[in-house]
Amino acid sequence: MRKLLLSSIIIFVALIYIGRLSYLQLISGNKDSPLNDTAIKQVFDYPERGYIYDRNGGLLVANQPSYDVMVIPREVKSLDTLEFCSLLNISEEDFIKKYKKAYTYSPRLPSVFVPQLSKQEYAALQEKMRKYEGFYIQKRSLRHYQTAYGANIFGYIREVSEYDLRNNPSYQSGELIGIQGVEEYYESTLRGRKGIKYIQKDRFNRDIGPYKNGAYDTLPEQGKDIQLTIDIDLQAYGEKLMVNKRGGIVAIEPKTGEILALVTAPSYDPSLLVGRQRSRNYTELYYDSIANPLYDRSLLAMYPPGSPFKTLNALVALQEHVIEPSHRLTCQNGYYYKGRRLMGCHCGGGSWDLVRGVALSCNGYFATVYRKIIDKYPTSAEGMTAWEKHMKSFGLGDYLGYDLPIGKAGRIPDATMYNRMYGKHRWYSTTNLSNAIGQGEILTTPIQLANFTATIANKGYYYTPHVLKSIENQPLKDKKFTEKKYTTIDAKYFDPVIEGMAEVYRNGTARYFQVPGIDIAGKTGTAENFTRIDGKRTQLTDHSIFVAFAPVENPKIAIAVFVENGYWGSRYAAPIASVMIEKYLKGEVTRQDLEKRMLETSLEKEYEKPYSGKPFRINE
Amino acid sequence: MNNSFIRKIDWLTVILYFSLVFIGWINIYSSSVTEGAGVSVFDFSTFYGKQLTFIGLSSVFITLILAVDAKFYQKFAGIIYLVLVGALAGVFIFGKTIAGQTAWYDLGFMSIQPAEFAKTGTALALAEYLSDSQTNIKYLKYQLKGFLIIVLPIIFILLQPDPGSAMVFLAFIPVMYREGLPSWYLLAGLGLVTLFVTTLIFGAVWVCIAVFSFLTLYYLWRKRKKKMVSVLPFITLLIITVVVTSSVRFTFDNIFKQHHRDRINLWLKLEHDPAKLREIRKSIGYNTYQSESAISSGGFSGKGFLEGTRTKGGFVPEQHTDYIFSTVGEEWGFIGSTTVVLLFCFLLLRLLFLAERQKSKFSRIYGYSVAAILFFHFAINIGMVIGLLPTVGIPLPFFSYGGSGLWAFTLLLFVFVKLDANQINEWDDFSEFH
Repeated sequence: MRKLLLSSIIIFVALIYIGRLSYLQLISGNKDSPLNDTAIKQVFDYPERGYIYDRNGGLLVANQPSYDVMVIPREVKSLDTLEFCSLLNISEEDFIKKYKKAYTYSPRLPSVFVPQLSKQEYAALQEKMRKYEGFYIQKRSLRHYQTAYGANIFGYIREVSEYDLRNNPSYQSGELIGIQGVEEYYESTLRGRKGIKYIQKDRFNRDIGPYKNGAYDTLPEQGKDIQLTIDIDLQAYGEKLMVNKRGGIVAIEPKTGEILALVTAPSYDPSLLVGRQRSRNYTELYYDSIANPLYDRSLLAMYPPGSPFKTLNALVALQEHVIEPSHRLTCQNGYYYKGRRLMGCHCGGGSWDLVRGVALSCNGYFATVYRKIIDKYPTSAEGMTAWEKHMKSFGLGDYLGYDLPIGKAGRIPDATMYNRMYGKHRWYSTTNLSNAIGQGEILTTPIQLANFTATIANKGYYYTPHVLKSIENQPLKDKKFTEKKYTTIDAKYFDPVIEGMAEVYRNGTARYFQVPGIDIAGKTGTAENFTRIDGKRTQLTDHSIFVAFAPVENPKIAIAVFVENGYWGSRYAAPIASVMIEKYLKGEVTRQDLEKRMLETSLEKEYEKPYSGKPFRINE
Repeated sequence: MNNSFIRKIDWLTVILYFSLVFIGWINIYSSSVTEGAGVSVFDFSTFYGKQLTFIGLSSVFITLILAVDAKFYQKFAGIIYLVLVGALAGVFIFGKTIAGQTAWYDLGFMSIQPAEFAKTGTALALAEYLSDSQTNIKYLKYQLKGFLIIVLPIIFILLQPDPGSAMVFLAFIPVMYREGLPSWYLLAGLGLVTLFVTTLIFGAVWVCIAVFSFLTLYYLWRKRKKKMVSVLPFITLLIITVVVTSSVRFTFDNIFKQHHRDRINLWLKLEHDPAKLREIRKSIGYNTYQSESAISSGGFSGKGFLEGTRTKGGFVPEQHTDYIFSTVGEEWGFIGSTTVVLLFCFLLLRLLFLAERQKSKFSRIYGYSVAAILFFHFAINIGMVIGLLPTVGIPLPFFSYGGSGLWAFTLLLFVFVKLDANQINEWDDFSEFH
């Protein structure tokens, strides 16, 4: 027994140790993957971001090199701070502050000292750089915009935030990410895939050479170039027309759903959000809460659509067989119900058929049409539900599903909503008669206006609007954008409505804005709107609205123009639409007086009214 | 030395020794070679170059040790012991202090640590004392004298202070047990350690309750089998338990130093305050963590010679000395580390086998001491490196970098190889009659 004790303990301990080694090396071992090894550093090789072209192949967004001054605090030797600061254009205080910040982050790891030098600054600094030990210059790629327009479509890129990093582990700190616009929506396409180099490091985190001579390294994959459906000339023209105005223009090619122009006003030059000035400029834009240049009105602004909506009511009524195109309905210079005038009208009174009704934008006519639709059913709720279903088939009241990251659903009221507002069976077609003329509870965004105009142009279907035409010359294949979306209205019912819209140009509200040689179908709109001033509901000057498509026989462009507080539809929206159409179809505008007037008009005085603190008059 | 003597040397032990030294050097090379240095292995400015010199010189020592008459070691055991204890005392006057430990003599080109050699001296002296026909270890008087031989060097080494090396001298307890030391010494020692550890983990109250219930059940069980059982030993045990457990906290908090407490806290996972735990992990736990990760990253077959990323990056502190086994784990994997464990295991068992074979009591006790000391080093060092035991800074015999340590272990081992070879020489002719 005494002889065997030590031998037994030796064997016992050896077995335990082998057991522990099996646990460490066979069970919990991480199998020599360089990804899991703290001794291996990953160095990323960032690919260049893909370029962006317009529909005609013009380069819109390219890249430019930018230079960051980096610092590794531990390696910094005493230096001529005065000279260094003047080269970098910073104060000595700044220098100390930045140095301390970098030192706090890590004395051993590089941090950005001065970001994004311009080429000139870089050139001045480059030759003197070796004098400053511990500092070096790192090249990065930034966006270089070839145009001053389209900022809302492009979006911008910025360094990833803590939040982005938490949610998306494929990004590294300091990497760039697309925000808004196509930069965000097509981020993964534009970004490419970064290459990884594995570097062996020691315990002080210093590099001591490539790991296994680069056997595991991967090469970066270039970001893909994309082509947009945007016609940059039309886009630029639209933005110029909207200078000193607020609102949006959306132009769509009806046959494809391609967005030709997506104008929001006011906007900004995309180059403002590049380089060292990005943060300052962004803050400035961000805090302009009145003009709100970062707010994309073409996608986000929900307004009552006004008269253009009458065309849809006409279509629904035809589909529901409650009117015939040739039926004349009488307008008594307004709409009367049980002796009360529910609605005024500017048509002058008379009996109109559908074409005239549309052309004159007769309120009385459409009040009757709307009531016929709702009252066709035993209850208002059922009528409302049928009406709502038709309206929604035009892409209204819900997100359209286009390829940009922001949007609003708009609103098509339904029976549930009125039941909640008034109580079940306590409302009638007269209760919400405003729906007849596109006021009331209906809300649409400019892109929805443009989309239903395109749908009318197509006589009953639309393609989901989109801004991407092709990726690296491969046309868009996503079924979402290449399949027709049919409405609930049969094609044959569109002809009288289109005829009415063409009549708007020939003899109606837009007769002064005919374009020589081009047949246009359109519809003006004027939408009342309200704001709150000191808690009091105050009416402001009406919004000016116009939708149109051309040429009538073979539509190539459908357009919606929305000018905030522009008063009636034919005052600003209609002329702007007509020059946009002419510009797109002919390449130039023949009516130079009109063009000049539209380019130069400013509505700033109108926009200042609610903020002036003084009583003001509207609609003057 | 004639041919017959050479034949009588236990070559298996010698081969195991050289294999361990060779494997050790390979790993020292790997953990201290710098990228692109591209110089010869004899570069004396490097650890591996120096270690190669130490290995070469130990071959010279081996020849000398084997050339000395075997009787010399027994005859002069007491004197060797006293000289080495004197050397231990001398460091406080002539020695130099490295990292807070006054444990070294500076010879200019290298440093010598007398504590390493004192193990051989103590083993010789203890073997000499226990093998004396007048000594009977069953009696307290002789036990005390035996303990005195061990305790004397321990005191000096603790004063250096080097508790790790001092702890190794406990290896002589199992040797004395082999020679007849009563079992209760071991049981009491084991009991105290168990009480200490369990009290730290579960607290004095729970340990006392557990011991009390166990003793009560045991007492009742005994009583059922036999009518008359004395209650006294049970009560004594219980009182000892209560006294020990209630003093554990005090000892731990007041006698132990903070870094000892940290090591034990980390080992037994006693620290629950996350901030403090992080602090400990950063200082003491860092070594263990890095060494465990390095070993773990080796996987089954290892990353290959000179391919260990953590070894190359110098992540494991003291990797060429106390943590040399982590290099084996990383570069040679499970296969390599198990091989090393098994090599040590074979060497130790071989030594015990040889010791039991000795005809002279002196040789047997000395051989046993050699095995026990090597085993303690092996168990404590590897246990620490693989994270099973708290951090105790003692080298892995034949492996760790350092001339002093290598030579001391070589001396320790080869004195026994000489004794073993000689014993067969002396007694060969008439051993059959015994």
